[in-house]
Amino acid sequence: MTPLQRRALLLAPFGFAAIGGSAMWVLLERLRDGAYDPHAVPDPMVGKPVPHFALPGLQPGSGFDTAEVLKHAPLLLNFFASWCLPCAQEATELMRLKQRGLPIWGVVYKDKPDAAAAFLKQNGNPYRRVAVDEPGRVAIDFGLYGVPETYLVDRQGILRWRWAGGLSPSVVRDWLTPLLKTYT
Amino acid sequence: MIPELGHFALALAVAIAAAQAVLPLWGAHERDPRLMAAAPGLALGQMIALLASYACLIWSAVVDDFSVYNIAENSSSTKPLLYKITGTWGNHEGSILLWCLILAVCGGAVGLFGRRLPSPLRARVIGVLGCVSAGFLLFTLTASNPFTRLWPPPINGHDMNPLLQDPGLAFHPPVLYSGYIGFSIPFAFAIAALLEGRVDAAWGRWVRPWTLAAWSLLTGGIALGSWWAYYELGWGGYWFWDPVENASLLPWLAGTALLHSAIVVEKREALKIWTILLAIGTFSLSLCGTFLVRSGILNSVHAFAVSPTRGVFILVLLALVIGSSLVLFAFRAPAMAPTGIFAPISREGTLVLNNVLLCSICAVVLTGTTYPLFSAVFGEKLSVGPPYFELTVFPLCIPLFAAMSVGQVLPWKRAALWPALRRLWWAALAAAVVAAVVAFGVHHALTALGFGAAAWLILGALAEPVQRLRLFRVPFSHARARAAAQPMAVWGSAIAHAGLGVTVAGIAGMTLAMHLIVAVAPGHTAHLDGYDFTLLDLHDASGPNYTARVADLRITHHGQEIATLHPMRRHFTIQNQTTADTAIQTNGFRDLYTVLGGERDGKAILRLNVNPLAPWIWFGALVMACGGALSLADRRLRIGAPARRRREAAVYGAAE
Amino acid sequence: MTRPARAALALCLALLLPPAAHAIGDPGEMLANPAQEQRAERIGEQLRCLVCQNESIEQSNAGLARDLRRIIRQQVVAGKTDEQIIHWMVARYGDFVLLKPPFDPSTLLLWGAPVLAVGAGAAAILLVRRRSAAAPVPLSEEERKQASELLGR
Repeated sequence: MTPLQRRALLLAPFGFAAIGGSAMWVLLERLRDGAYDPHAVPDPMVGKPVPHFALPGLQPGSGFDTAEVLKHAPLLLNFFASWCLPCAQEATELMRLKQRGLPIWGVVYKDKPDAAAAFLKQNGNPYRRVAVDEPGRVAIDFGLYGVPETYLVDRQGILRWRWAGGLSPSVVRDWLTPLLKTYT
Repeated sequence: MIPELGHFALALAVAIAAAQAVLPLWGAHERDPRLMAAAPGLALGQMIALLASYACLIWSAVVDDFSVYNIAENSSSTKPLLYKITGTWGNHEGSILLWCLILAVCGGAVGLFGRRLPSPLRARVIGVLGCVSAGFLLFTLTASNPFTRLWPPPINGHDMNPLLQDPGLAFHPPVLYSGYIGFSIPFAFAIAALLEGRVDAAWGRWVRPWTLAAWSLLTGGIALGSWWAYYELGWGGYWFWDPVENASLLPWLAGTALLHSAIVVEKREALKIWTILLAIGTFSLSLCGTFLVRSGILNSVHAFAVSPTRGVFILVLLALVIGSSLVLFAFRAPAMAPTGIFAPISREGTLVLNNVLLCSICAVVLTGTTYPLFSAVFGEKLSVGPPYFELTVFPLCIPLFAAMSVGQVLPWKRAALWPALRRLWWAALAAAVVAAVVAFGVHHALTALGFGAAAWLILGALAEPVQRLRLFRVPFSHARARAAAQPMAVWGSAIAHAGLGVTVAGIAGMTLAMHLIVAVAPGHTAHLDGYDFTLLDLHDASGPNYTARVADLRITHHGQEIATLHPMRRHFTIQNQTTADTAIQTNGFRDLYTVLGGERDGKAILRLNVNPLAPWIWFGALVMACGGALSLADRRLRIGAPARRRREAAVYGAAE
Repeated sequence: MTRPARAALALCLALLLPPAAHAIGDPGEMLANPAQEQRAERIGEQLRCLVCQNESIEQSNAGLARDLRRIIRQQVVAGKTDEQIIHWMVARYGDFVLLKPPFDPSTLLLWGAPVLAVGAGAAAILLVRRRSAAAPVPLSEEERKQASELLGR
């Protein structure tokens, strides 16, 4: 083995460490930006059509199903609950979206209708329609794993975006607004 | 006042560490005996400063000084005293200070116990430790200061996570950290050897006791963590291949490999470059583990909640320490020419095989743990869970266990395989019989394999002492005389290897664990595996910072009373969290594991487990750690170095 | 892979994998038929709980885990195969919900790690042995004269 080959072999551990370190650096930067969330779950439902469902409404008779969603698409579908703190925190941002004229439909996840109604009275109601998914089964069909979660449904009834967690102004500005331009 | 003193002591430690980093290394380079002799003093000074600093932190916790932000966040006036003290290391800032303290204690230990080391080597070792200390102390002082104040101080603190309010917390972190950080000493020895440009048999002998001590402590620390998870988390599981658990296993695997390859350096002056690399690698893995846990990039139930900014600081620190040591290695390693040779079939050969397999397991666990992170860099979300680790690690363990017992009966330098294997015929037979009996009894391949491997390991570990004592071949009194003359390391190594066998038996036994989830009304009985669990009563209880709901369970076995257990659910008022506390009854061979899961319609929801051989998992680890500690008592490790000087003196004396 | 081969492999893997521990569940959740319950537990042990960190849905106490356990049991009773149930989960939550990473090109390095590691070790050993077994440099004329003088011939 030539001295150069030997030197290269001996530098290999440093090489591996350098690659590893760079990768961790990239992840840390993304963690700071919010582009990387170690707790996030991928979005396999994005790109697929809205799943088949039918839910009762918060007000009797005002429930909706897949067909209704397709009729009124594009819209934003937001899953929330009265026991969820980030849902209360994102209420202001949702109201701002409502002012912009974006249709937002709400689904109450695993909550009693009375509690949800009280929540809406306290935090404002940004939703044009509200349905109730008390058992939480429909949410699972959407691939939900917590609240709040927001889905963007486009004109054809395809799910185009999913955000797990509360909507903040930066999320709306950086992620939602560009998509709204494309799909609405 | 006291927190300010603690803060000052911390700052003082930074200054001393900086001096410790620069002066001895400069002294060794310039061959200045005074600067080199200053090393132990500086190391001890840093140690005393940090002891004082940590004592101030404990004091603040004990007197409920909520003007210290760390105490306000993590303690409360109603917390029991034991947890006030041990809770100081239950959060990020306190545990990093403990980290620095243990690192300083390592430096102090080298200063105190390393008197027989040649002065340049000792100075370089302490100097390297000083560099690492200085980095971490600077990080602690600037980014993770436990002494930051809060004004006005709140009336009461936020209390600690109830899961941490447990005796296990008192022992697991300090022992584990001692193990992690203990490997900084072999690391420092490796860097010192690279700086000096020389690795010889004496180096191999000097480095071994420090490696043994760190390895024993790390074994104990991992076992304590596993045992704590077993009885604290309520599932009856003991190892989840969680990224943070893997982060502790990685230095253990590399450290075990290091322990064995250092032996070859000592015996044959071979494997030098590899041993140096391994010493650097083991400590690097410890550091990477620290980084992964505290940076926030990992998804784990153990991870501290830390900010990415701190993660960047630690990453830079790691880059400096690991990067510079690996570059130094690349440029200086070629100077270490191997001088000894050995045949492939020999004890050294099996030690090489041991290293290959252990480091392969280490590489696999490292890949599995970091793969999700590398995938995330490319935008993909990948999940690597226990099934991956089990499928990849178990097959590698089989040749490792097989070679373990064979290696212990092979002679050094050159051996014939078949005569050695013949010496193990009884161990092989016993293993086969055990495996067959178990397979016939439970129809589970993995369990049978596990018990067979355990028998092979335990009996194989006894093979070397039996051979050395010439037991069964000479009269017993002769064998006893030989036993007294054996070096401690023979017993230590036999006990440690047997300990691994005990742990494997425990793991195999746990594959037969049975569980039952049942709702029982008071007065009624549940049955599991021949045991009867009768719920006597459900009542309330309270403690200093919690209220509890307790179930009284009487356990009988075929009519004979065994015990009354009290599993409970505790609700901690300040943190507003409820934990389920398991109640375990053990007879050394099986655990009866009971948890109160809640109540419904007046019935208690109970989770009952019968865990065969569960205690053996941790008992085996304890045996391993004891074996390692016993080897430390070997007088050859204490006598080694001065013989050279005495021989040199004798030569000069003769010349005169 | 043919179906019998795949079944055989699955059987081998099932025998190799040790059983995992379980969360404090509700006894009312458990199915009456023990064989079906065991099958449901086996399926649940392969799926990751997405809310908690690094637990299977059988081990987790979270609400979502409980819901998913219930769904699995409903589907087992309805006669779905293991593959169909897992496919149902993956359709909604992606490959991420599987605790065992899939075998595809992106995980080549992952699953190949044990073979690569042992292979690298073996290669390193061979390399070192070949280097040390290299023939010594032949002596020059002067060195040969020196050697014969020293040897006294």
